[in-house]
Parts: sequence; structure tokens; C-alpha cells
Amino acid sequence: MAEVTLIDALTMAMAWELEHDPSVVVLGEDVGVNGGVFRATAGLQKKFGVDRVQDTPLAEGMIAGISIGMAAQGMRPIAEIQFMGFIYPTVDQIINHAGRMRNRTRGRLTCPMVLRAPFGGGIHAPEHHSESTEAMFAHMPGIRVVIPSSPTRAYGLLLAAIRDPDPVVFLEPKRIYRLNKQDVEDNGKALPMDVCYILREGSDITVVTWGAMTFETLKAVDQLARKGIRCEVIDLTTISPIDYETILESVQKTGRLVIVHEAARTCGVGAEIAAIVAEKGIYDLQGPIRRVTGYDVVMPLFRREMDYMPSVGKIIDVIQESLED
Amino acid sequence: METIADFEVQYSQFLDPEGKPSADIPALATDTEKLLDMYRLMTVTRVFDTKAINLQRTGKLGTYASCLGHEAAHVGIAAAMRPDDVLAPSYREYGAMLCRGVTMTEILLYWGGDERGSDYAGPRNDFPMCVPIATQCLHAAGAAMAFQLRGEDRCAVSINGDGGTSEGAFYEAMNIAGARKLPVVFMVVNNKWAISLPIEMQTASKTLAQKAVAAGIPGIQVDGNDIIAVRHWVERALERARNGEGACLIEAVTYRLSDHTTADDSSRYRKQEEVEAARTVEPLIRIRQYLMDLGVWDKKKETKLLNDAAAKVDAAVEKYLHTPKPDIESMFDHMYAQWPEQLEEQRQHAIRYGGTNGDSHG
Ligand SMILES: Cc1ncc(C[n+]2csc(CCOP(=O)(O)OP(=O)(O)O)c2C)c(N)n1
Ligand SMILES: [Mg+2]
Repeated sequence: MAEVTLIDALTMAMAWELEHDPSVVVLGEDVGVNGGVFRATAGLQKKFGVDRVQDTPLAEGMIAGISIGMAAQGMRPIAEIQFMGFIYPTVDQIINHAGRMRNRTRGRLTCPMVLRAPFGGGIHAPEHHSESTEAMFAHMPGIRVVIPSSPTRAYGLLLAAIRDPDPVVFLEPKRIYRLNKQDVEDNGKALPMDVCYILREGSDITVVTWGAMTFETLKAVDQLARKGIRCEVIDLTTISPIDYETILESVQKTGRLVIVHEAARTCGVGAEIAAIVAEKGIYDLQGPIRRVTGYDVVMPLFRREMDYMPSVGKIIDVIQESLED
Repeated sequence: METIADFEVQYSQFLDPEGKPSADIPALATDTEKLLDMYRLMTVTRVFDTKAINLQRTGKLGTYASCLGHEAAHVGIAAAMRPDDVLAPSYREYGAMLCRGVTMTEILLYWGGDERGSDYAGPRNDFPMCVPIATQCLHAAGAAMAFQLRGEDRCAVSINGDGGTSEGAFYEAMNIAGARKLPVVFMVVNNKWAISLPIEMQTASKTLAQKAVAAGIPGIQVDGNDIIAVRHWVERALERARNGEGACLIEAVTYRLSDHTTADDSSRYRKQEEVEAARTVEPLIRIRQYLMDLGVWDKKKETKLLNDAAAKVDAAVEKYLHTPKPDIESMFDHMYAQWPEQLEEQRQHAIRYGGTNGDSHG
């Protein structure tokens, strides 16, 4: 077993799959010789060659479109978009083709592809490099949206995404790319998508979050634990389709729900979770559902970015408020 | 079969790397005041660039994209423009921006994570720096359409890199500009690299200038290290545009002597020998030599220029470093002409928690 960071785990997963499945191809801007601007594909081209790990010209619509073309013809492309801020030209391809190919050809052609992109703020990045727009993809039928928040889940979930017969948008919380290390066995074992991962068990309140915000949330919850408050922390992990059952079961137990996400508030994935709990679990609730989110503003440049983000303090306050209901 | 269309791509250089002029050198080459102004600005730009990299290295600036080696291309473009034309740059064309009247402090604020860096006191109508590659080409075409519709004697100029010529937006912009004869000039600063991708892998096209052909507009390649060539051909292109003859594409061939940004390490993907070779043909050497040969420049003037430039840059840096953080409210107050009342709760929330979130960077 090796002690690895989240980003190392992604590299390991891609290497495993390149090794074991000849139909897998890695492509994107600067992923080859340079190993990716975050080094997620470091060493892969050297090991697997320029055909399997390809530097593409600079055009995101092209990257998504050729991935669809390859996927429909039996390949398994893993495409990297350098930053989520540059993913928008792919939306045409993803919404109009990747998410629909299976349905419109009644299963004749499919799109087993992965679109990887780092996202989120807090690393002093330049303009357009810090947004969290996962909800936009969650709103598109026919694709999965997966966000790992630990090295172990990064490894297992990326393997699952590559092997999945349908398109997966795999969003990587870059703030925690190198935040901590875990022992990850390079054994090619995938972890299940479409399920939440429970990070802490507790009976007082349910807190649902994902991505880098799992760290702020766990810090908040640990502080509250010292006061005897037992929070159940659920890492949503697959943003679409959402594993409602785990959330509803937890709310049944705790009677309280707080959702934490870095993305802007309006139409964030938190709104969908709140809606489903209102529909199916309202009688379990002892008070209103609450959200701690980014604001409905353009992500500020970095001198003010931390004031945009949900903080440990904001999360603690909202959890405590909920417990007073 | 018969040939029904024929194309050729021309290349222009007036000053060779040693500063020796060619026989057909244009009138601009004897206008020493103009040349001296441009040379001074190129030098100031370089001093500024070196300082900005140092600020980044010492933790006083965010990620920064150096313009080292691009000074002739950048200054040459803007020097050809009129003040009421509009520039739509990418993110490293400081020579052009300074020439347009953007301040060094504004550029530092932008890379220092402060939106006020894009609120130019000088060129109020110029577009801010543009990070999403090549999207600004369409804004330039749109600005040109506005000028055309209102019958104004103004032009728009966009600047993107070699990598940017692979994006759809670049072609879309040239196409509409060709179809509508828009008063716009598309500048491609070909510095041979798009982060780690060399131009040979970006495209099979022999030149980037020829990408104009399919849009039905003229395309020309110039030596981007020769400021006389850059300015001369941009002036010609703007003149055509003002005469209602439509758009042009100009490819200025230069070299990115720096890493892509301060976050990049170019030794991973390119050979030092290539960089060293490019250093010998960089743009300041030849124009300095030419000015010396004309007898209008000397060592003493050079020393004074460097001292003046350093003082100017230091003053701008001081101003930048002493600019307090933007107010928390500023992230809300510029979102709409009026912040919606139903979102006021969010604004109050942010103000209440303002400054309480530690920096989790690293
Ligand atoms: C649409 C988009 N995709 C990717 C990026 C990331 N990126 C920033 S600069 C760059 C390379 C640009 O190369 P080029 O157009 O040649 O300009 P240069 O940086 O060399 O001036 C890339 C890929 C981006 N900013 N925008
Ligand atoms: Mg370039």
C-alpha cells in the first residue's frame, strides 16, 4: 500500500485502467509531456506512449466532441479539461450528445467517457479558475456527476467512472488535491457510484456536503463534538443521480438537515436535496432545512475569495441554529 | 480540373535581428520620435515584467503571466491604434495595455486578486484581460459591428495566442468579420508555445496567417520581434478597416522566453537551447541597435531610461502594495445595476462574517 494524495490516487487509477483496458485513452491540454498543469497525468505518456496519452490542440468543444466520437466507436476516453472555468464549450457536446446518445439511438450507440476537471476555490488562482458549477451538469439528464473528497474515493470512483457504460463528469476538488494522504491499495478495485458515503455517524443532525467542503464540515463537526453534539456527515459524492435513500434515512434518525456547498446558492445541488427531503421526509423534520453556501455572486478574485466560501464558523453557527429549532 | 482559387501568404520583416534595415523599410522607420517612444515603452514593459515576477516569487502577487520577449508585438499593436479604438486583449499583453493607458498598478491589482485592476482609469472602453482563450475575438468583432452600425470611425483589435487559433471562437469571429466587412483587426501573437504544446502540434497549418483565407479576409505574417513591421502592418490593417475594406488577420511571430506563467515550469517540456537561441533574436536588441545606428540613442540614454523605468515601476508597485483589500460588499455591489432586494440577506450575511475565514491556501 502507498500513502498517496488525492491527485496521486487519480494518476494511479488512470494508470491502472490504461494498463488493463486497451480501449482507454487519456487526452486533453498539456496532459502528455507536461503531465497536466496539476500533474494528474504525470508520467502516463512516458509509460503508455503518445497514442494512449495525447496532448490535444487548445479547444474544449473539440476535446468533448472527439471523446464522444471515440466513445461511440468502442473506446473509453478520459478527457481532461484544464479548469472548470473552461468546461463551458463542452456543454453543447455533453448536453446535446453525450447525455442523449444512448437514448436517441435506443442503445445502439453509447458514450462511455469521462470528462475530468478540477474545480473550486481557495488556492489563490487567477480569474475563472475557482468556480463550482457542478449543479449545471447535475441538471443535465443522462450523465453522472461524481466528486471525490479523499484519496481512497478518488481512486475507486475514477475507476468506476472509467468503467461505467455512460458518460461521467468527474469533478476534482483541487483545493484538496494535496491536502492529505491515505493508504490506497493499487488493486484496481472500483468503489460504487450513485451512493453517498457517510463520513461521521451521529444522531443529532444530518449534514450533507461534498468535495473540498467536507474538510470545513468535518472541522466544524469535530468542534461541535466537543460540546457533545453528534452530527452525521454525509458526503454526497455522486451529485447526480443523488442517493436520496441514505439522506432520508439519516434525516429520519436526526430530524434535522443542513446542506453545505461551495457553489452559489440559487439552484445549487443543495436546493435539490432540500426539495427531495421536503417531498419525502418532511414529517421527519423537527425544523427547517438550512443551507450554508457560496453567495449568488461571481466568485471574487482571491483577495476576497475566502469571504465568499462557507467557513467552519458559518457552518457551526448554522448547525447550532438548527439544533435550537 | 482548373484552379478556381489561389492563395499565398506573405511575410514581412524590416529590421533583422542585428537591427539592420531592409531596403523597403517604411516611413515609420525614419520617424525617430515614434521609434524612441516605442522603445522606451518596450523597456518599461520589460522592467515592469521582471518586477512582477519578483513580486510573485516573494508572495506579494498571485500567479502572473510574463510577457518577456513579446514587447515588440504588444507595443507595436497598440501604438498603431487610435485612442478611441478598442482593444480586446488576452492576459499577457502589458506592452499594449500600457500603451493604451492602463496603469501598472491596475495590472498588478488584477494579478493580485483585486477586481479594481480591470476598472481602467485610462482606456474606459477597452475590454479587460480575457482568460477564457479566444473568446475575446468575438467581442472585438461585436465592438466593430457596433462602430459600423453607428457609422463611427473606430476600429477594434483583438489579441490572442497561437493556441487560441484552435478555438472555435477565433474562426467564428473572423468569419463574421469577413462576411460583414467589420472594422476589426485580429492579432495572433504566435510565441510558438501554448503552455507545453509546441505550434507544430497545435496545427498542421504552415502559418497561422493563412487561417484568414477561409474567412475571406487578408492574412499576413510579420516578424513579431520587429516593432517596425508590427506597427506598420497594424497601421495598414486599421487604415483598410477605416476605409470600409473590412477585417485583417496579422500573425506576429515571436517567442515566449518565460515560463507560461509563474505556476509553470517550462523545463519539463522544452529545451533550454531553444530558449537561448530565441533570446538572441529578441525584440529589444534590434530596435536599440537600430536607434544607435541612427545616432539617436547611446549608453548614457539607456542608463537613464533604465533608472527612470525602475523608478516608475517602483512607484506603481508601492501604490499596489498599499491598496487596501476591496470591501466585502464589493462582491455584491457590482453584480447588477441594482442588487436585488431578495438577495440582500446574503449580502448582510457576508458582511457579518467578513474577514473571519482564514486563508486555507496550502
Ligand atoms: C478556453 C481555455 N482553455 C484553457 C485555458 C488554460 N490555458 C491558459 S493559457 C493556455 C495556453 C494559451 O496558449 P496561447 O493561445 O498560445 O497563448 P500564450 O499563453 O502562449 O500567450 C491555456 C491552455 C484557458 N485559459 N482557456
Ligand atoms: Mg502561445
